[in-house]
Amino acid sequence: MTLWLIIWRSLRQHALSTFITALSIALATGLLMSVWTIKVQSNNAFTSMNCGFDAVLGARGSKLQLVLNSIFHLEESPGNIAWEHYETIRKNPGIQAAIPIAVGDNYHGYRLVGTTTNLFTDVEYVPGKRFTPRPGGRAFDQEYREAVAGSFAAEQLGLKVGDKFQPYHGLIFNENDQHAETYVVVGIMEPSNTPADRVIWIPLAGLQKMTGHTAASADQLSAVLIKFKAGSPLIGKQLEQMYNKQGDKLTFAWPIAMIVAQLFNKIAWFDRVLAAVAVLVAVVAAGSVLASIYNSMNERRRDIAILRALGARKGTIFSAVVLEAASIGAIGAVAGLLIYGMITMAAAQIIRAQTGVVLDVTAFNPMMVGAPLGLIVLSALCGVVPALKAYRTNVADNLTPVS
Amino acid sequence: MPLLEIKDLKKAYATPDGSTHLVVDVPAFALEAKVQEALAGESGSGKTTFLNLIAGILKPDSGSLKLAGTDMASLGESDRDRLRATTIGYIFQTFNLLQGFTCLENVLLGMSFGPGADRAHATEILKRVGLGNRLDHYPRQLSTGQQQRVAVARALANRPKLVLADEPTGNLDGRNARESLALIREACRENEAALLLVSHDPNVLAQFDTLRKLTEINRAAVQEVAS
Repeated sequence: MTLWLIIWRSLRQHALSTFITALSIALATGLLMSVWTIKVQSNNAFTSMNCGFDAVLGARGSKLQLVLNSIFHLEESPGNIAWEHYETIRKNPGIQAAIPIAVGDNYHGYRLVGTTTNLFTDVEYVPGKRFTPRPGGRAFDQEYREAVAGSFAAEQLGLKVGDKFQPYHGLIFNENDQHAETYVVVGIMEPSNTPADRVIWIPLAGLQKMTGHTAASADQLSAVLIKFKAGSPLIGKQLEQMYNKQGDKLTFAWPIAMIVAQLFNKIAWFDRVLAAVAVLVAVVAAGSVLASIYNSMNERRRDIAILRALGARKGTIFSAVVLEAASIGAIGAVAGLLIYGMITMAAAQIIRAQTGVVLDVTAFNPMMVGAPLGLIVLSALCGVVPALKAYRTNVADNLTPVS
Repeated sequence: MPLLEIKDLKKAYATPDGSTHLVVDVPAFALEAKVQEALAGESGSGKTTFLNLIAGILKPDSGSLKLAGTDMASLGESDRDRLRATTIGYIFQTFNLLQGFTCLENVLLGMSFGPGADRAHATEILKRVGLGNRLDHYPRQLSTGQQQRVAVARALANRPKLVLADEPTGNLDGRNARESLALIREACRENEAALLLVSHDPNVLAQFDTLRKLTEINRAAVQEVAS
């Protein structure tokens, strides 16, 4: 009780410096946890995100660009492919589903993706779950100018069943580039927590034949999303051999997870920079604990001498200072959880808005324990320096008031 | 056997010119249990150093200092701290209350390094010195006389065998000084504690039946006064 009373009163007496140093520890804890969680979660979420497809067939070019464009609905399309390529791969006996897509238009920045209704019937984006319109809506009819909006796009654009809209040309919104066609929203998709939530799905022919598009685009596709048949373990290798090594017109992006992992490998340096910044903040925060307690030692000399005169052992005084530093670390670590919550929630929202990928920021990771504990230990270690000064305080010399 | 028995006790300080300055040189001194004795000492007579040696705050350079049968001079710092916490109550001229702690907490802290904090006893002793309605007040919220009473309560809370008082009335006016001295002496009697008080105030010293001059027992003080 005595030790904690001494610590508590000291923290209270130096409330401002306690607050500021605890805040810096909180920032460090929050940053360390956030950087780690966002890195791990985004890595996991993006590499496991395939919307239920095993591969993508598209124009010759970068596999990563192809995957980003057709699965994540990011980036420009690497080019178009002819309809016959879709027909060829669709008939391959190892293919369970081949979904053609065409991109090139948007509505207020949200992509329009032309496809077939097979998207709603043939694909499970996770086992047991299909892309399904919410009750009150339905899938589009391929013969009409109808649209099914992804849940996030509908929410952001305020679209509801029955609404009409005119698409804009290109993947980037330009209000002067509006198409003449009017589409009717006939369904809003159930949230899937995939990039599909961020797009507006329309019939393939609608996008191919939109006014202003070239005549050639009428029988061209941006990509074909492919699901292999279960029990065809070699199909991926066979198709990769056929398209990537023997052919020179198309790109077969497979396996999707490995291609996305390449992206994370390319930007790994950025993770390291963020981690280094977070570690630097932690070191500075720990240093501030040391400096604030050390600087207050002069004014504490008399109190320490009085405690010693009352019978407090040197070890007790040493422990009190170290535990005070650890307590500042603990207060900061707890507050760091709040900062962690704020940073990751904001980051998760931004990532969801930009990519449609949902991060589970509440999922446990070792840094959730490691960062707070590490900062508490680091703070305690920083308390050793002022604690040594307290330990060496001369009792007799400091019992008289400082005037 | 006396409660306090000192033989050939010496303590010197280093001076800026590199030589040493002998402050305490006591060939013999003894204090029986429960006895109240005053030492008359002027400034610079080494009285605070002498009390700090008895309290174990300072370690003597040589000699023996037996308190309740234990030779303080042979103990390490930690053991001296422990012995001080359990055996000695110390009343300082400047009270030395911890400003960030309430009256009750000041007394409890004094107890906690000794036999252990006893809230009921701490409350009782504060009531005894007339501060029952000031338990949760901070020292800055008390008058000088009341602060002195807290210091007395803290010194006696551990039921010490020996109470050391260094100019305990030095910061008090005449009336408060008389009341405070009476309280210290009465509280020591009630607790069966010996009292060793040093002062240069003739009014305080006149209250004691047993009175000695520090120059009579400290040879270093004689030289200091002579110089």
